[in-house]
Amino acid sequence: MATVELSFSALPAHVRTARLIVTAVARRSGVPETLLDEVRLAVGEACSRAVEAHLRCCPDEPVRLEMTDGRRFEVVVNDAVPSEGPDGTLPAESSPGSPAWDGLGLALGDGPDSLGLAVIAGLADHLVVSPTPKGVQIRMSWPV
Amino acid sequence: MDLKVNDYTTDDGLTVINVEGEIDVYTAPKLREKLIDLVNKGKFHLLVDMEKVEFLDSTGLGVLVGGLKRVRAHDGSLELVCTQERILKIFRITGLTKVFGIHDTIDEAREKRKSQK
Repeated sequence: MATVELSFSALPAHVRTARLIVTAVARRSGVPETLLDEVRLAVGEACSRAVEAHLRCCPDEPVRLEMTDGRRFEVVVNDAVPSEGPDGTLPAESSPGSPAWDGLGLALGDGPDSLGLAVIAGLADHLVVSPTPKGVQIRMSWPV
Repeated sequence: MDLKVNDYTTDDGLTVINVEGEIDVYTAPKLREKLIDLVNKGKFHLLVDMEKVEFLDSTGLGVLVGGLKRVRAHDGSLELVCTQERILKIFRITGLTKVFGIHDTIDEAREKRKSQK
């Protein structure tokens, strides 16, 4: 099992760099070519979400990624924006099942965050979104 | 990678927007500005040609939905030309295939528009 870690300033321009690195590591880890597009898009979504959250709350904090290969290729994206719920629950905007997540809600919004998580949920073979003491963690994995 | 966005208006009043490159959190504002600019100029029937789009994420989807909202406020339309499976998949996952008219070619979109008039 090997791990690659990436930390980047919360700037939109760096999201593409993160996508390219993750795709390269996924390919090297043995993720099938047919899944690489899904890895690239899902991780890009998670990074975009983290960058936008950092820009709102803590622009000087870097976004952190961990890529681990083994039986599965796993990517963990950590942001440093603490959840807003009283019991460590996720911010309301982050759930695809939230009231904003319906056809009408989509048509009324310009870029709801829930879209990003919905895309990740549709692409990642396994997904866990959880609050951590420091922020929100998105853990995704694919078979190799 | 830069996002290239160009437009022209056909003789039947349809404004075609050619988009080339990657649409993500960094480049999507350029497309958003173009859509807002066109609506401000009175162009309410838009067709976004995505055949040369290499990457699209939810930020790009949000921009397209925002554009649709703006043209609908003027009884307009915003439809897409896209045959790339990797791009269409994102529209399917998010259920947006039910929101946007998606065509295989610009000519097909124009013909359908004519038949609906």
